[in-house]
Amino acid sequence: MHLHRLEKTWLKFGISMLAVFLIVLGVMAFSMGMKPPSEHHHTVDPTKVAETAPFDNPGLNQIGKNHYEAVMTAYAFGFEPAVPLEVPVGSKVDFIVTSSDVVHGFAIVGTNVNMMIVPGEVSHVTHTFDKPGEYLILCNEYCGTGHEFMAITIVVQ
Amino acid sequence: MKSFDRSDSKLVLAHVLFAFAALFIGGVAGLLQSMVKSGSIELPANIGYYELLTAHGVLMALIFTTYFIVGFLYSGVSHTLGGKLLPVSRKLGWYGYALMSVGTVMGVIVILLGKASVLYTFYAPMKASPWFYIALALVVVGSWLSGFGIFYQYIRWKKGNKGKLSPLFAYMSVVTMLLWQICTIGVAIEVVVQLIPWSFGWVDTVNVVLSRTLFWYFGHPLVYFWLLPAYICWYVVIPKVIGGKIFSDSLARLSFMLFLLFSIPVGFHHQLMEPGISPFWKYLQVVLTFMVIIPSLMTAFSMFATFELYGRSKGAKGTFGWVKKLPWKDVRFFAPFMGMLIFIPAGAGGIINASNQMNAVVHNTLWVTGHFHITVATSVALTFFGILYWLIPAITGRVLTPRMNKLGMIQTIIWCVGMFFMSGAMHIVGLFGSPRRTAYNTYNDHPDAVLWMPYHVAMAIGGSILFIGVILIVYNIIGLLRAPRGETEYPIGEVSEASEKTPAFLERWGLWIGIAVALIVFAYTLPLVDMIMNNVPSPGYVTW
Ligand code: HEM
Ligand SMILES: [Cu+2]
Ligand SMILES: [Cu+2]
Repeated sequence: MHLHRLEKTWLKFGISMLAVFLIVLGVMAFSMGMKPPSEHHHTVDPTKVAETAPFDNPGLNQIGKNHYEAVMTAYAFGFEPAVPLEVPVGSKVDFIVTSSDVVHGFAIVGTNVNMMIVPGEVSHVTHTFDKPGEYLILCNEYCGTGHEFMAITIVVQ
Repeated sequence: MKSFDRSDSKLVLAHVLFAFAALFIGGVAGLLQSMVKSGSIELPANIGYYELLTAHGVLMALIFTTYFIVGFLYSGVSHTLGGKLLPVSRKLGWYGYALMSVGTVMGVIVILLGKASVLYTFYAPMKASPWFYIALALVVVGSWLSGFGIFYQYIRWKKGNKGKLSPLFAYMSVVTMLLWQICTIGVAIEVVVQLIPWSFGWVDTVNVVLSRTLFWYFGHPLVYFWLLPAYICWYVVIPKVIGGKIFSDSLARLSFMLFLLFSIPVGFHHQLMEPGISPFWKYLQVVLTFMVIIPSLMTAFSMFATFELYGRSKGAKGTFGWVKKLPWKDVRFFAPFMGMLIFIPAGAGGIINASNQMNAVVHNTLWVTGHFHITVATSVALTFFGILYWLIPAITGRVLTPRMNKLGMIQTIIWCVGMFFMSGAMHIVGLFGSPRRTAYNTYNDHPDAVLWMPYHVAMAIGGSILFIGVILIVYNIIGLLRAPRGETEYPIGEVSEASEKTPAFLERWGLWIGIAVALIVFAYTLPLVDMIMNNVPSPGYVTW
């Protein structure tokens, strides 16, 4: 099939940029630890969340120097634990979140933490809080009438 | 000039008018949504925000688009494949119309009764009334019948015209409907096998991850189902409207085939932020997603080549002199052209959304809502609006008057200005983290959320301007239906003399369907097996 000379140049340029871009994305994801969240398979019976570890005891646990684990359950229309989480500046927090009913979202405004919470699955994401402040954690996937009220905060000081 | 077959024009017009009735009702919902989100109004207690949003999503994304597309494709198929529809095709068109309409009316009633506030993506385990799912199934099956009508007409034409190249419009319509048939199988399985038995209570649980995957197997090609008919207008109609030629027939066909191949095995780019799918398969589908950039670049090249060749044939000088020669005052060109122009930033936004880990920045924020309001609700919608100004006169035996043309120009500008404010504000505030699909709340006046509100007000201003645009387009349709009688040609472009003969392999359907299926099997088999083997059943919930 015949391609116009300029069209060939245009496509060559476009396709090369595309290849470079995809390689950058792939390298960043697979060798620099920037995969999308929840890369490990981890399931839980969604009807027994409150009885299943670690969700039988939701909350913040210190697991190392400046390293915390936040175990949370999303439900219509809130999060467990329901009180604001508090961590010192510079803390690295592993969020481990599941849902005890429908699909929810989990986003921390002002950070790149943004993931789906799907019943039966456990979502994982890690974030280091370098700046102090009161961060808003909100549900950003429609989950029912009270969806817009579903939020808590994490205080970094 | 042969005038358009009168019984076919009834079928086409029925689809077009239904589409715009849906747009009008959806537009009322859209206006109210944008007012609520800005805190300017509160809905009366008996209307829920999410009922409106479900109605808006369904009526705009599913009903307006599908009806217009079926009507438009039937018109071109009738015109280019023999001048009228075969009785079988016309019947299938009407049966499809009837099924889709029963489905739509039923669905809207169930939504407004508050029995299905699950939004147009109906994510399990939120459990709507079974009648909502049945309504959707009727719409899909109806659209299948319409698709079969197009295939039938095409096959009969090919039999009667052995060895001849099919008309470009018809070829593109077949690709569009083929894409639709292949992708709707996913959502049909989800609805019929998983959701309907579950919502009737015949089974207790649903495999949530599987249902989401089947939905998005359909959800991404859905956007190409909207876009391809707009491309048909750009490739086939616009060259004729401006008085130019189609740049290359074979490249146009090739680009459509590439869209068919690369718009289906890519649904995971809507599921990048969710658990239950391995990062490898997500990335693989991201790579496949980006392959559609190639036919998009080809389309952009062809469009501007057509424009430049036309301008130069009219004596344009210099590198950009041809721009001045384009018929800027003709709405049949101007509306789709604005659609094309806006598709440049819109497509760039799409690349950002699909960029694997970068999706975390925008996922489920208003950025995404801003994105599809400039893609489908502007690039596609403006092209559809632009089509009205020749389609209605052509099929009803009337002419476009200068006054209607002017009203069309005004409507186009109103739409662009409204979208500039609404979609622009959505994009920006989305980057600040404001969530989509969320009624008004400032989260106890959290400073971040309070800062979003000025943008939400800009959205409401844009939404109000857009609503004026909705009223004007309805007014314009009425005007077109009452325009003076006369003959209007159905504009079908001719291929430029310089362009080469189209190779026959572009019409070997078996080959292309085979590759499409192979890519789908490759991209989906292992993840699906994994989801079925690791099923974690979930009961249903009604949370609204
Ligand atoms: C008068 C014109 C319109 C206005 C004022 C408008 C307004 C809105 C607003 C404010 C939202 C976001 C609600 C939220 O996320 O909370 C929305 C969502 C949406 N709009 Fe529009 N819109 C208009 C036209 C259209 C058109 C023409 C289409 C498609 C052809 C469209 C498709 C959608 C879709 C698919 C959604 C997403 C629904 C969901 O998230 O479930 N809109 N619209
Ligand atoms: Cu929610
Ligand atoms: Cu997509």
